[in-house]
This record gives sequence, C-alpha cells and structure tokens, in this order.
Amino acid sequence: MAESAVVEAANRTAATSAFEPRIVAFVCNWCTYAGADLTGTSRIRYATNVRVLRLPCTGRIDFMLILQAFGQGADGVMVSGCHPGDCHYTAGNFHARRRWIVFRELLDFLGVDVRRICFSWVSAAEGAKWADLVNQFVQEIRALGPYREFPRRLPQLKPAEVC
Amino acid sequence: MPRIGVFVCHCGENIAGTVDPAAVAEAAARFPGVVHSVHYTYMCSEPGQNLIKEAIREKRLTGVVVAACSPRMHEPTFRRACAEAGLNPYLCEMANLREHCSWVHEKVPATTQKAIDLVRIQVEKVKRNRPLYPIKVPVTKRAMVLGGGIAGIQAALDIANAGHKVILVEREPSIGGHMAQLSETFPTLDCSQCILTPRMVEVAQHPNITLYTYSELESLSGFVGNFKARIRKKARSIDEKLCTGCGVCMQKCPTKKIPSEFNAGLGMRPAIYVPFPQAVPNKPVIDRANCVFFQKGRCRVCEKFCPTKAIRFDQQDEIIEVDVGAVVVATGYTVKPTSFFPEYGYGECPDVITGLHFERLASASGPTGGVIRRPSDGRIPETVVFIACAGSRDPAKGISYCSKICCMYTAKHAMLYRHKVPQGRAYVFYMDIRAGGKMYEEFVRRAIEEDQVNYVRGRVARIYERDGRLVVCGVDTLLNGRPVELEADLVVLATAMVAHEDAETLAQKLKVSYDTDRFLSEAHPKLRPVEMNTAGIFVAGACQAPKDIPEAVAQASGAASKVAGLFSQDELTREPVVAVVNRAPPPIWSTCVGCFLCESACAYQAIEREEIRTRDGQLIKTVARVNPGLCQGCGTCVALCRSRSIDLQGFTNEQIFAEVLAL
Amino acid sequence: MRIAYYPGCSLEGSSREYNESLEAIAPLLGWELIEVPDWNCCGASAAHSLNHELALALPARVLALAEKAGFEEVLVPCSACFTRLAAARHALSKDRALAARICELIELDCTGTTKVVSVLELLGRAASDGLAGLVRQPFACKVACYYGCFLTRPAELAVCRRQEDPQEMEELLRVIDAEPIRWAFKVECCGAGLSVARVDSVAELSGRIVEDAVRRGAEAIIVACPMCHTNLDLRRDAICRRRQTEFSIPVLYVTQAVGLALGLSPRRLGLHRHNVPVRLPAREKPEPVRES
Repeated sequence: MAESAVVEAANRTAATSAFEPRIVAFVCNWCTYAGADLTGTSRIRYATNVRVLRLPCTGRIDFMLILQAFGQGADGVMVSGCHPGDCHYTAGNFHARRRWIVFRELLDFLGVDVRRICFSWVSAAEGAKWADLVNQFVQEIRALGPYREFPRRLPQLKPAEVC
Repeated sequence: MPRIGVFVCHCGENIAGTVDPAAVAEAAARFPGVVHSVHYTYMCSEPGQNLIKEAIREKRLTGVVVAACSPRMHEPTFRRACAEAGLNPYLCEMANLREHCSWVHEKVPATTQKAIDLVRIQVEKVKRNRPLYPIKVPVTKRAMVLGGGIAGIQAALDIANAGHKVILVEREPSIGGHMAQLSETFPTLDCSQCILTPRMVEVAQHPNITLYTYSELESLSGFVGNFKARIRKKARSIDEKLCTGCGVCMQKCPTKKIPSEFNAGLGMRPAIYVPFPQAVPNKPVIDRANCVFFQKGRCRVCEKFCPTKAIRFDQQDEIIEVDVGAVVVATGYTVKPTSFFPEYGYGECPDVITGLHFERLASASGPTGGVIRRPSDGRIPETVVFIACAGSRDPAKGISYCSKICCMYTAKHAMLYRHKVPQGRAYVFYMDIRAGGKMYEEFVRRAIEEDQVNYVRGRVARIYERDGRLVVCGVDTLLNGRPVELEADLVVLATAMVAHEDAETLAQKLKVSYDTDRFLSEAHPKLRPVEMNTAGIFVAGACQAPKDIPEAVAQASGAASKVAGLFSQDELTREPVVAVVNRAPPPIWSTCVGCFLCESACAYQAIEREEIRTRDGQLIKTVARVNPGLCQGCGTCVALCRSRSIDLQGFTNEQIFAEVLAL
Repeated sequence: MRIAYYPGCSLEGSSREYNESLEAIAPLLGWELIEVPDWNCCGASAAHSLNHELALALPARVLALAEKAGFEEVLVPCSACFTRLAAARHALSKDRALAARICELIELDCTGTTKVVSVLELLGRAASDGLAGLVRQPFACKVACYYGCFLTRPAELAVCRRQEDPQEMEELLRVIDAEPIRWAFKVECCGAGLSVARVDSVAELSGRIVEDAVRRGAEAIIVACPMCHTNLDLRRDAICRRRQTEFSIPVLYVTQAVGLALGLSPRRLGLHRHNVPVRLPAREKPEPVRES
C-alpha cells in the first residue's frame, strides 16, 4: 500500500515530466493547524503538495518522524508550531526548537540535505503566512529536485516496528 | 482484523466544488482494512450522522474516518455520534478535506489526489487507535484562599456563598490587607474601611469560611481536586477562645514604642497589640521579638490584668493539615520604601514619605487623627509636592512596568490635602496621567480644575533639605524643559507597587509560574486571566499584576467562579489524551530506566516517581508515572524519552508513524 | 608601601599644591610614590570629546607603562585623570578587539593588571591603619566635604559607595578630628571645564556649592580634585560677584587637611598658593614635625 503510493507518485512524475515535490508537514494542533484552518476559511490558495499531520504540540515531534518521512518519499518536511512563548503547553515548542538546533547539525553531518527541512512558527492568526510558507517551500524543493537519498529498503516493516 | 468505515462529506459545494467525493470514496474502499466507504452531502447533519451510526451497527465497524471539515470544527460532533452508536469515540478520526484542501486549492486532479492521501493517512492512524476512556479524578469541595486582602475576601465570600467550604489563610494578625490602611478610595472618595469592614465581618461570621489569621502556608502537595495543604498557625500567645477583645492588655503593656506596621511606621503600638481597632479577628497578638517577657524574662503584666486569663506565653506554632480541591492565591503587594531612592534622600528624611504613609496621615483613625502633619515636627505643611512614577517605568531602577494605581491615588492625595488644608499648595510632578477606569479621568480633572492642584510635567532629579524645608529640583517639560525648584514642607512619593519579597518562595511552594518581577503568571494574558498553568490553582488581585480595587474584586469573583465550576461535579472528567509510561510483567516491570528527563521537561509537574518494590519492601527500581489528572497531553516527554517507554494516548508513536508510512 | 604615581598635568601646573601636599604626607604615611616613567597627559575632556581611540590610547599608555614597571596599583590624585584611566581599563577589559587595537596604537601591552587607585581610597586605607595615632594637631574645623563628579559617576567606575550621599571623605576627616557637616551639594557639578569658556556658568554652579557650605556653617571646603579646587577657589571673585556676597571660606585639598593634622607647615603644603587665603579659626600654629 505504501509502495503503491510511492509508485503512483513516481508514475505521475513520469507522466507529467514535471517534478511535483511531496511535502509533509508536522504541525501543532493549537497554532499552526488552526492557522492553516484560517487559510482555508480565508480561501487563500496555495500549492497542493503538502500533507499536514496533526500533533498536539511540536514538542511531540520525534525527529525519527522526519527521517521516516524522507524514507517514505517526502522531498521536503515542514515542522511548524506556536511562536516561542505562546506554546499552548507552555514549553513544548522550546523543546522542539532545542531539539532542532542539535539535530540539524547531526543531520547535516550525516549528509542529509537540511535545506529540505523547514522549521517555522505559525500562529493561529497567521493564515496568510502559512500559505506563503507552503508556496515558498514548494518552490524551493522544486528547485532542489526529488530526494531519493534515503529510500526505505524494508518497506514491509510495520509502524510498530519502525517507531 | 480492522473494519474501518470511511465517510466522505460534500459539505454542499464547499468540498464537492473542488474535490470529487465519489472518487475519494471509491479509492478509500480499496484501502486495506476499509469495509465501508460512502459519500454524502452533509455528514454533520442528522441524516449524515445516522449514516455513520447505522454503518457502525450493521458493518460492526472498529474505526471510523470522517473526511470532511477540520477536526477543530466537528470532531466532538462525530465522536459523539460514534459513542451513541456504541463505538468508543476515540476510534473516530477526521480527515480535513475542507480547510486544508478544497478551500485552498483549484479544481484539479491533484486536489482530489491530495484528498485521497489525507484519507489514507487517517485510515492508517485509526487502525492503530485504541479505545480511550475519560479520566475521572475525585474533587475535594473545599477551597483554600491565600491572602485576606480585598481580593482574598471577595473570593472567599463568593466561593462560600456558592455553597462550598473555604479556608482563608492570612499572615497578618488581621484580614483587610492594604485596603484597610487607606483613607478614602478613588474615584468616589468612599471611606475605605467603611466599605471594607462589613465584608471582613461577613468573612468572620460566614458558616462556610474558616479563618486562619497570623498563619502562613507551610507546604502544598497533590493536584487539582486533591491538594494537601499544611498551614502554620503562628503562636499569638493568646487563647482565642477566652479572649474577649477588651484591650486591657494593650493599655497595660509597658512597651509602647514599637513602630506600628499598620500605620506604616508613623505611629506606635505596644508589644501585645491588635493592628487596628476594626481588626478581624479582634484578638491581639504578642510580638515576641519586642515583648519584654520573651526577650528578658520579666513583666507578664498583660497576664496579670487579663480578665479572662487568656494570655498563653507557652503557646506554640501549630501545623494544620487540610485537604482542598482548589487554591486561590490573593497575596497582594507591597510598595517600595523611600530608602529605594538615593536621589530623594535614601529614606533618611522623615518628611519624604510614600503614598501609603500619606494614607495613614489622611486617615481619621491614623496616627495624626486625619490631620496632615509633617512627620519631623508635626507642623501642617503649607506646600506639598507629590511625585508620580517614583521607581515605576524606570528600567534603571529595575522596574520597567507601570504601577497603574499611582496617577489615581496621587490625584486623590492632592485633593484630600487641598480639602484639609485649603490654604496649602499642592504640586504633582508627573510623566503621564493614566486614568483609564470608569469616572477616573473626571476625577483627575476635578483635582486640577476644582481643587487647583498644580500638575507639572517633568521628573524630579533630587530633593534636599534646607532650613527645615525640602528643596525639590525638577523640570517643567511643557515649558521647554525649564528647571523648576520648589520649596516644599512635605514630599509624597508614589512609589512602585511591587510583589512581596517572598513571592518567589510562595510560588515555588505552589509550583506556579511567576515572572521576572515576581508577579504570578496567569495561564494566558488575554483569555485566561484568573487561571494558572498549574491546574486547580487560581490567582486574583495585585499579586498577579498591579491593579486597583475594582479590578482586584472582579478578578477575585472570576477566580471564585472557576472554583465553583470545578466543584460543580463530584468528579473531574478529563480528556484521556494523556501520556502513559509502559508497564510490563516482572522482571521487566517497565522499560523506563528512571532517568526522569520527562519529569524535568513536563511543564505541568505531571510526572511522578513510582517505586517498584518486592513483596518484602526491597526497592527494585524507581520509574516514572504520569498523573493523568495533571497531564495535558502535549507529548514532549514522549519525544524526549531515551528508552521509548512513554507514549501519548491518541497520538501514539505507532499511530503517527503509521500516518507517515501512509504517505 | 611602594606605589606607582601618576600626577597628571594639573598637578604639575595650576594645582601644584596638591602634588606638594601629597608628596609631603606620603613619607609620614609610609608611602613611596614612584612616578610612572615617561607618563603622558591622560587626554582629559579634550581627547574624550574628539576621538574615541585617542581618548583610550592616552590613558592606556600610562597604564601600560605602570604595568611594564611592575606595579599592581597606580595612585592617581586628579579625579579627571582617575576617571580616564579607570574608564580605559574598564573598556579594554570588556572588548578584546578594542584592547588589541589600542595596544597596537600605543605599541605597548596593556592587560589591565595595574589597578587605578584614588587618593581618597589610599587615605581610607591609612585611616583604618593607624592614621589617628599620627595626628599631631586635630583639624578641629567644621568642613564641607566636596566630592565633585568623578568620584561618584559613572556607576561602574565609582570610588564611593553611596552615589548621592558619599561618606568616605567624611569618615577620613573624622579620623583627623574634623567635624564634617551635612550639606546638600557634595556631588553637584562645579562647572568643570567651563571654567575657561563660560566663567558665568561656573560662577553660578560653584556659587551654589559655596553658598550651601557657608550657610550650613562650614569653615572650610575639602576637595580631592584639581578642577573642583580651581572652580571653588580660583574663580571665587566671579562667584562673589554673581552671588553679590563675600565668601571667604577657604578650599583645601584633602591631602592638605591631612598634612595640617599631621603637623606639617602650611607653606610646606602649598596653602600659600591658594587664591582664597586659608584662614582656619581656632587653630594654633602647628609645630613643624619634619621638613625634608
């Protein structure tokens, strides 16, 4: 099933011969998800390439999720939460930010293209900002091209085994 | 074997206008585990919900995905529908095809493809959902209010009138706080004690309120609905049950020259004292540090003369333990003393005083009987200079905020002075005039126009003494910065309103947050002004931020209503989206290694330590345990855990990784 | 005790009596003052208002020379010199790049190991170390201790603890049996460098200082700075004209007051150089103790 998604995407790319980036966004429920809802309510258009995954807080984000996303064929990953100081859970986004600062160095060292990871703060009132962010990121990833460095070699692994 | 039902909503034209719901439903029908996949115009309507309920019953669904609007919109609606059909509500997820898809994209194939992807992601997630049940936490319906000023009094009365028990803890010998020290209150010039003392008496007589004065909080443990408080009732050295408040002991006490705290040091009191005549309770306290018997072993005059033999020199502090369900913190404020100002004499000049001193001078029951007199020689001042913003709004002095009440009480003081000394001249040196409340601006205009108070816009650089008068060196910025030098007989500084010195210690005892100025932090500056981040603890009054009496009262009533809400149920029901540390049979017990990184990361103090012991008490290991009553479900601990021992129900690792793998 | 000594320009010129009195009391207090070899002007307000690097390089060179000569402390009697040297030491310690640049300019190493010490501080040490025992002739006058600006500002460099109402000079004067008065102008500006360009401003500002001291019963004003002395003493005529009053209160350097108390002659201490004659009531002529 997961395979077919990748295949489908690849087929699509082959068919249209224009690379359409696959973007995954891990967002927090209280700020960015709400902000993205506002984008919808405001009917602001943006690129179709992003798939939003909802989490209670950016502090919940395990960086293995990001790597797995790349492994699943994502060409870019976005992580977005509440502005520092506004976290619904007080300090979750501080943890996320700290984790990102440390993790970015490690990823870069390991040869992961950290330009493909976009870390941002989008509040529930910033509907326009979310649209701009997505559009801009999609453009950047389109310029960088597909990311096939880390294909999953054991596609039959179940989620429980992967996490 | 999963049996998932997918319900794709058209939302009229909102979704169907851009996304092809039939195609989505058709694609979803082919997802592994999906046994039912339909589309309908309005899923949230009654017929729509019935579709879901019927499918649950007929197809024995183990999970439901509603592909419609944002879960922030209708998740509760569909979860309720599932529950009514007998499916655990937490086995229902929503795919956001509207706000995140149809409303933001064009009508192109990619949009429908995205919708299909979004549905697939949620199907994979819901296959890993487990039934969750709301967490029930018992509630002790007794509140503790810390602080017996106007805010504490208001909160206590409101909670008590709502039918719940209240324990009011006040560290001074009497309740009343600073409001009891005021002469008149702005903007009505109501006599402060006249409006306060009836409330104080009401507190003392209320059947639901237990009053502990001369007492402080020793410690607080537990969590919302289930706190354990330990209160230290300091030794008054009086048997309160026998004391009638006759006051003979105070008259007979030989030590009469102790600066009275209530009179801000301007008047004197004896070693055995009641702070003011209208004190509640009207029972004295022996100030052991200044009592001749306690310091030198002699005297005992009060004991000799007490008609009811109520003096108890051997009384000890008592620790009282109570169970409470909620705490309201209303511990109030203090003001900076004149010694804080080197440029105004280091506090060494008796005729440079604070606003609180002036209140006592103006007060009819004060040390001068309501006559404004210079503390140095008792003369009535002919010229009084009031300095606003003394310390406040001054980052160089470490206080960058505005104390909010000073513009108003300075105008009040100037007016009172002019009323009492009609031939006197009053000057106010100010930076701005902040009079934002109801009838406040009119009040200040009255001071300027009717009572001829001279307002000079400029700061005072320094004050020095010369020939018994005070030379005030300021500037008038509205006259091009011309220096102004005045000779005054009395200078009143509107000193900054600050948190108590030990506000930090109290905040740490309660495990609540506070800011760099030691004011307690509310949960959200705009929308949650009376709650704190620690569940079950509420805040009211100036301990949270500078404010005046109407605001303190309003906030206190707000806090009381939150407490009443908390107590309106016998059990607290909480969303089960909480973290859980895994447990396993022996010999593993748990994969948790006891590093407690989660404990230090948790903003809600929700992680506890659990000792796992053998049958005969040997400690095997100490592992983490999440208190479901406190956990707010952010998941920070889950990402931090080095051994993958903790997971967040509703957003488990398996669920989220499944979503990622469904891409 | 050996200590580096930086007299600065004014002590060689218009305020030479400060130098004379300091050198006269030094041996009595056990101080050996070693002048910093090849010292230069500290730049005072002239360099400070024109060029930031010059304003740091000039005093830094003096510090570097003292450091090179191996001294841990350098005594700086003039308050302006004191503040320039202390400011340079402070600025260089905070900014490594700046320090490197300045050292390059002066072609010397200035690492800040030499501390800058004021006369007040050094006399304070003597006061707690037996100065009272050396007093031959109690000063016995009512004195107004005038600190001026640089001993209390800026806050990071201040020698005195209570910036609005310092007490160090008073404590010292009490040890020599003077009677310091409480007065209101001890840290108010005297007019400083306006002494040359705007004598009228000095007459006003210094006039207020003199007036307050006299009004509160002082018999002498004690200073620790050549600029203060010049404005309060040399400009006395302008002050009297401005205030339309005859003020005859003398202005003494703190070293002169201590010198008189230790029994040294007025001539030795340079009191004859003052504009306002130094007449102190109720003092007998002191017997000279040591003339060298």
